Amino acid sequence: MGAHDVAVLGVGMHPWGKWGRNFVEYGVAAANDALADAGLAWSDIEYVAGADTIRNGYPGFIAGATFSQALGWQGNRVASCYAACASGAQALNIARAQILAGFCDVALVVGADTTPKGFFAPVGGDRPDDPDWLRFRLLGATNPTYFALYARRRMELYGATRQDFAQVKVKNARHGLANPNARYRKEVTVEEVMSSPTVADPLRLLDICATSDGGAAIVLSSMEYAKRHTTNPVRIAAISTVTPTFPQTVIEMPNFSTDSSATVAPPEIGFKDAIAHAAYEEAGLGPEDLDLAEVYDLSTALELDWYENIGLCKQGEAERLIRDGDTTVGGRIPVNPSGGLASFGEAIPAQALAQVCELTWQLRGQATGRQVEGAAVGITANQGLFGHGSSVIVAR
Amino acid sequence: MTKTQVPAIEGWFTTDPERPALLGTRCTGCGTYAFPRASAFCANPACPSTTFDEVELSRTGTVWSFTNSCYEPPPPYISPTGEFEPYTLAAVELANEGIVVLGQLAGDTTVDDLAAGTPVELVIDTLYEDDEHEYLVWKWKVVD
Ligand SMILES: [Zn+2]
Repeated sequence: MGAHDVAVLGVGMHPWGKWGRNFVEYGVAAANDALADAGLAWSDIEYVAGADTIRNGYPGFIAGATFSQALGWQGNRVASCYAACASGAQALNIARAQILAGFCDVALVVGADTTPKGFFAPVGGDRPDDPDWLRFRLLGATNPTYFALYARRRMELYGATRQDFAQVKVKNARHGLANPNARYRKEVTVEEVMSSPTVADPLRLLDICATSDGGAAIVLSSMEYAKRHTTNPVRIAAISTVTPTFPQTVIEMPNFSTDSSATVAPPEIGFKDAIAHAAYEEAGLGPEDLDLAEVYDLSTALELDWYENIGLCKQGEAERLIRDGDTTVGGRIPVNPSGGLASFGEAIPAQALAQVCELTWQLRGQATGRQVEGAAVGITANQGLFGHGSSVIVAR
Repeated sequence: MTKTQVPAIEGWFTTDPERPALLGTRCTGCGTYAFPRASAFCANPACPSTTFDEVELSRTGTVWSFTNSCYEPPPPYISPTGEFEPYTLAAVELANEGIVVLGQLAGDTTVDDLAAGTPVELVIDTLYEDDEHEYLVWKWKVVD
């Protein structure tokens, strides 16, 4: 057990879907579930960290206060943060720092979103200074454009096939079948994935995750506080939220170009490897210690990239893992036992928290129908726009 | 009446009909290239420079990866003809700058015409039009 560990006392989620209600409702439902799971009352919470949503007006930009008000003003301290797909993990990290600094004993972390239909569009208005706006105007480059560039790169470099990508969806759909919080609970076949319409070649509609409504919440506490409420709690052993290191030579959303590697050599560890690497270093653990992983399968092919980024195999070997069934529940190192984004769709500020919720249920042995036997150490990994990423290591 | 041709964005590329080029910058302190241009700070964390020379970037490069777009993107995307037609995109490693730049492919190039390493060159093409103007953007074209 590390000196910087904090305890996960409670977790809760509002089921993912396309419910069309106000995001605050999902966040409050998830928060109440997390509090009940922790055996605590709202009045016990000293600190609230909210993960922001940028598509729901002002209340979304100040999520910590929004959720506090919805649960009932009680004079607790708050923080709100936005970090694209890593927003949930950054909110978790803020709460952890408050606890480890001794400013509070117990905190609530909440993220929730209500999403529009179809492609994620940039925030409205005429904004030619914003690369996220400009990429749509000048290039017609959507998020799937970037996912497809990475997928095609795997095909060109490592001989990945569309069957390999489809196999990831088949696996995750099967994993998600028994998950009550998953939006899609239906088996799919390789043929169904491959015959779904092409969105951005080589990716088909079923290779790409949808956008969803949903909410997730975590009650975090000091290890001391946890000992008074429970025995052997799941603990957070690391939270990594590192940025890329110059020069970042892989093109990232929403950019038009990479950094230049003409004058400074690229770092030894690329950005997505570095996200997990920093978490392993902080936890004093390595890929060999893992029992499972929850990674950000924005596309099926991206899940294969993550196998390498979090060190499950060497670069170019991920296809072998999916072909051999290594990453299926029951296999050597199950990935996305929750069903992943393939079964959930993405609810941005809630998603990194949902990953930690799943690891918590898995480590407690409560992941009915998708349980990884004897799970004791798990890692999450995610990445979003503008150099954001996160990795959380949960251990027991 | 011919429409006036104008860049869809000012200062990102030249519109020389023979040899168009992307306009980037080269840092006067460390030599780092940037596209789009650097104006106030250098991307190199070890470099305090705040001055940058405008440079034309390599007009040629090789394909890093590629894809297409089969569904109409949301605004601010504007369809060139008003009716959506799928288009092809490539991320291209410029010949000399150590930069990968994304762009659409000119003409009717499809993903079947491309591979990692395919040589391409920069051209200027119409992005979209209104009643008076033809708005221009850079695109990649496979070198014959
Ligand atoms: Zn410089």
